[in-house]
Amino acid sequence: MEILPILASLRKHRIPTVLIVLEIALTCAVLCNAVFMIGQRVSAIRLPNAIDEHSLSTVGLSGTDEKTAGSDIPRNLAALRGIPGVQAVGAISTLPLSHNNWGWSFGTSPDESIFNKKTVNFSLFFLGEGADKALGLRLLEGRFFNADDYADSSFGSAPLPETHVTLVTHSIAERMWPGQSALGKTYYTTSHYYTVVGVIADVLRPNIDGQGEASNYFSAFYPMSAEGSKGNLRRYVLRSAPGDRDRVMRAAEQKLIELNPNGVTKSAIYSDMRDQYFADMRSMAWMLVLVCVVMLAVTAFGIVGLTSFWVGQRRQQIGIRRAVGASRGHIMQYFQTENFLLSGAGVVLGVALAYGINLYLMRHYEITRLPWYYLPVSAIVLWGLGQLAVLGPALRAANVPPVVATRSA
Amino acid sequence: MGEGPTGEMHSVFGYYFDLALRSLRRNNALTALMVLAIALGIGASMTTLTVLHVLSGDPLPGRSGSLYYPQLDPRDGHGYVPGKVEPMDQLTWIDGMNLLQAKRADRQALMTGGDVAVQPDNSTLDPFYEDTRFTTTGFFPMFGVLFEYGHAWGDAEDEAHARVAVISSRFNDKVFGGGDSTGKTLRLDGAAFRIVGVTGDWHPNPNFYDLNRKSYNEDEGVFIPLSTSQDLSMAHDGSVNCWGNGGAGQAPDHDSPCAWMQLWVQLDSPAEVAAYKEFLVHYSEQQRALGRFQRSPNVRLRSVMQWLDYQQVVPDDVRLQTGLAFGFLLVCLVNTVGLMLAKFLRRAGELGVRRALGASRRALFAQLLVESGVVGLIGGVGGLLLALVGLWLVRRQPAEYAPLAHLDPLMLLATFLLALGASLLAGLLPAWRACQVTPALQLKSN
Repeated sequence: MEILPILASLRKHRIPTVLIVLEIALTCAVLCNAVFMIGQRVSAIRLPNAIDEHSLSTVGLSGTDEKTAGSDIPRNLAALRGIPGVQAVGAISTLPLSHNNWGWSFGTSPDESIFNKKTVNFSLFFLGEGADKALGLRLLEGRFFNADDYADSSFGSAPLPETHVTLVTHSIAERMWPGQSALGKTYYTTSHYYTVVGVIADVLRPNIDGQGEASNYFSAFYPMSAEGSKGNLRRYVLRSAPGDRDRVMRAAEQKLIELNPNGVTKSAIYSDMRDQYFADMRSMAWMLVLVCVVMLAVTAFGIVGLTSFWVGQRRQQIGIRRAVGASRGHIMQYFQTENFLLSGAGVVLGVALAYGINLYLMRHYEITRLPWYYLPVSAIVLWGLGQLAVLGPALRAANVPPVVATRSA
Repeated sequence: MGEGPTGEMHSVFGYYFDLALRSLRRNNALTALMVLAIALGIGASMTTLTVLHVLSGDPLPGRSGSLYYPQLDPRDGHGYVPGKVEPMDQLTWIDGMNLLQAKRADRQALMTGGDVAVQPDNSTLDPFYEDTRFTTTGFFPMFGVLFEYGHAWGDAEDEAHARVAVISSRFNDKVFGGGDSTGKTLRLDGAAFRIVGVTGDWHPNPNFYDLNRKSYNEDEGVFIPLSTSQDLSMAHDGSVNCWGNGGAGQAPDHDSPCAWMQLWVQLDSPAEVAAYKEFLVHYSEQQRALGRFQRSPNVRLRSVMQWLDYQQVVPDDVRLQTGLAFGFLLVCLVNTVGLMLAKFLRRAGELGVRRALGASRRALFAQLLVESGVVGLIGGVGGLLLALVGLWLVRRQPAEYAPLAHLDPLMLLATFLLALGASLLAGLLPAWRACQVTPALQLKSN
């Protein structure tokens, strides 16, 4: 297909040409950034989390007497264990994605303060005996806590547990001691230190920041005795077959209320809790999808409208070409190539614009750099869209009979 | 207009309007496409703009200008770079009490959030937890809290650690079935409180005075004196920031190096604001001399709107959505420019005839702009309907601000202005281009 005659013709129709190129460029720029934002949210929603998410339900218990809250735990656990279908139960301070975060910063040398820039902020999880199994934590190296670890740990006056053992996630191990085994290593804050006895697969924090951040997995676990827990082991986790979760959760709620008449319970199936956490993100992603689809439709119809007008204006010209020997295919190809060139120019401009917008968003929001492969993909999408939109008008053009050439417009 | 004295403007405009409607009817598909594009663009931008407008609104119009939030920096020297570090977002118990008792402002209230077990006498209602505000008497007059029944408690009750409570009307409906409940007894965390007031329609959004729980649509049901709440060691709910080797994390005690209180003050003139700021600096120096503070005075005194801005209370997603919607509107506009151009140029013949019959370029231009305006108005109506649907969808979302997403008269007006402005802008270039027709040429070819 010869391009020069097309360019010559486009030069004569400057305004419509510029408009189509501009529309495709804007669509491309908005689309790239919107799809990128959708992608970021989808990957956040799908973040892996190394606990047994689909087997867990949880009941929180509060409002009981502070003084007996600790000693009630073994009794409550025994009652929960008796519920048919329960495979494991444990008491814990918080859960991943529960919004209930207890953070503290630690460093790798003894004189670290919480305000030191070099320290790393962890989320603290306190495990009652058996909670590791109930959660289904996956050990990568070392060991879980033993009975002595649990018995020796308690809360004093500080907001940190009085123990010296800890389990850390793989991400913490990589961040604190890159390239080394974390086993036996110690991390510090002003008054406390903890030695790693085991490294576990990555567990999400109670609150996460964005997607793709290793810090989402900076979760550290500590043993905690029931008596010394000072009301910090308020959440019971129950593991059961997925089909039993709902029944187990209700039975557990009832049992806990029977045993603690003043207590107030709050229960959830873990996978619902996770869905709840990402509900805002999911609705944002859907709204972005909606805008993208509508925008593509508007652009496609815009191309159809302008090309139809164009074809209408050039009926006589087309007739003449047909009369002097051009086939229907030639005419179709003419409009398709023309659209290909226009889309191409639009995409090139659009990609530049998309990068500009991305740079602006990176400065002002928590957004990372647009990956390079968004550009060829969006180019292909817009080229395809243009070809699809031009098909109808091009067919109509191809159907202009050569006899039109003999009539005056 | 060139076609007659200005007295005939109206009828000329009517004529153009009539021409516009005829012309729009002639090209159904193209017109529908333009109207739809404008409606979609306007609908999307107005939905997101309304949400942004609601979320960045003034929580207490008329009052917020004289309310200020003092911040201090009582932390130790670690990590301190003078001039670069913001002071803490909340106050410690000791500083909060000191500033409150200094009474240097016209009004002041010290407060924090709590979570209190409500044990209704009504046996059909199980015990439940209620978001509670522990505060001092200044809260109610300073924030302009409206009362349906009764009144706030006073200084005497604060000092006496009295067991009195103010409840919200929602809470009153839930626990007492509505009506004047003043004088009734309410059991909170096992203690009996006498109800002195029921608040009326008072829902500041964002919940500026304590952004630690929920920024929007927070609905505290119970207000009790701060002093009383501490006597009963009621559970604190909100953020606690400790430094050094601070006390226990979840139940801060009064001496521990932890910030968990909010103080609001009312200052009615710029001079008072300056004087209060001076006072904060002086207080910091004094505390440093006493050895409590280790940093040089690092204070802020932000107004309500400055505080909301500093806390970035409007979610990033809402800003991004708005930006995206306006990008989409731009695409729709460029699209409309193209379609309008196609439409106007297709009528080159008709325009040529009008030119040949003596209509000036300006007259043609005006006629075409009226036509774009009509497209804009119809698109605006469509956009309004779409925005209403969009806001209805937003209200069904799980976000905490969702129930607030309603169109107000200002946004209604903005919708039509935006639609009209956008369509006139879109019509400008095509109308100019179409007016370039040479009358003779068009007559000849037809």
